[in-house]
Amino acid sequence: MNLIEAKKIKKSFGRLEVLKGISLQVSEGQVVSIIGPSGSGKSTLLRCLTQLETADQGEITVCGEKMMWTESGRAVYANKNTLHNIILNVGLVFQNFNLFPHFSVLENLIDAPIRIRGISREEATQRARKLLRKMDLASKENSYPCELSGGQQQRVAIARALAMQPRILFFDEPTSALDPELTGEILKVIRELAQEHMTMVIVTHEMAFARDVADHVIFMADGVIIEEGTPQQVFENTQNARTQAFLSRFSQNS
Amino acid sequence: MIFDKITGMMPVLLDGTVDVIKIFFWTVILSVPLGFLVALGRNLRLGFRIGRFDVRPISWIVQIYQLIMRGTPLMLQLMFIMYAPYYLWHVSMNRFTATIFAFAINYAAYFGEIFRSGIDSIPRGQYEAAKMLGYTKTQTFFRIILPQVVKRVIPPTGSEFMVLIKDSALANVIGQPQLFDSAKKLMSSSSSILPLVIAGVIFLILNAVVEYAFKLCEKKLNYYKG
Repeated sequence: MNLIEAKKIKKSFGRLEVLKGISLQVSEGQVVSIIGPSGSGKSTLLRCLTQLETADQGEITVCGEKMMWTESGRAVYANKNTLHNIILNVGLVFQNFNLFPHFSVLENLIDAPIRIRGISREEATQRARKLLRKMDLASKENSYPCELSGGQQQRVAIARALAMQPRILFFDEPTSALDPELTGEILKVIRELAQEHMTMVIVTHEMAFARDVADHVIFMADGVIIEEGTPQQVFENTQNARTQAFLSRFSQNS
Repeated sequence: MIFDKITGMMPVLLDGTVDVIKIFFWTVILSVPLGFLVALGRNLRLGFRIGRFDVRPISWIVQIYQLIMRGTPLMLQLMFIMYAPYYLWHVSMNRFTATIFAFAINYAAYFGEIFRSGIDSIPRGQYEAAKMLGYTKTQTFFRIILPQVVKRVIPPTGSEFMVLIKDSALANVIGQPQLFDSAKKLMSSSSSILPLVIAGVIFLILNAVVEYAFKLCEKKLNYYKG
């Protein structure tokens, strides 16, 4: 089953057309990485899929529920309830973590499950502790975000998203705000999630990681999908000049 | 016998002090929530567009109100509120009510700006993270944003509270009894500078208490940064 089905999404900021008709599908258990140069529209695409931006045109279906579609050239969004239900199926890990600074690590993980999902405090706490152990943060449950390293904060952010038990998890450049020596711990966590068949869409600049972890790679530039396919197709056998140029620039830099 | 002199003056000065405290509490109780509404009103995007121009009536009304309150002397506002109803409709307000009314709407304009800067300083990412976890807008505001705003606005709000204690002296202009008024009267009846000095010390003590209370609040919210 496809958890995400997006057709011909268009999005402009003023006169700048950022997405020029992007289509993609993500099936259950699949790991999709989206790569491409800065300004190619990767993050905007992710933000349209997660309701943080409103698309101008196209059609998006999430977990079988229609989120938006186009009527006579204009985007129409589903009603508030549907959009809320859709959001509960979706988790997002941000580049800048965006943890709630006034909550302890544990509170960051249990507040939404208790308040939004209506789970009992005991159960939420139990689940949160399990997630923290998995993230290797069991000793940090009473710490505040400001007391943690960037890598630890990002692992809390991943745990916070997982605590809501989403069916699909999005990552918006999860390692871009981290020191190079801290990216490894985040990539390891995402790899583990991939092994558990968590459905994930990952926007990243970590090429080696994108190749290893993904089942499907999308290369975007200037608001369009230039090429997509298995990691082998995109990274090793690409026939596309644009992809080749991008990948060779990356291998020179690293 | 300066000590006897002081004890003789104290009952009158303490009466004035009680008036200052009354003015202070009533103004705070009214102007803080009002300031909160002012901040929200000024930020309200409600309105419509004419061409490239955004028309936001509520935000504009709030801004005009703030311009008047912050752009004219509080002393003038006190007199206006006390005497304008009489000149216009031959009705007059009780002095204390007029004082509180003037102080409350004046301070709300300043609190509005303090709270607005606090609200605007919370990063967008906090709203986005809350949205992705399924918080509604109201839940986001009260559960995620407001606690962080409170922490950020405590220092400037404390300053404003201290100014308010001192501004009580302005109520003199409409004959509202308070500490400064008591000191002035005692000064002329006793031909001594002493009442003024004692009043100054009392103002200082009141504000030291306010400052200390705010320090405690700050300390209490110091368990996190950001």
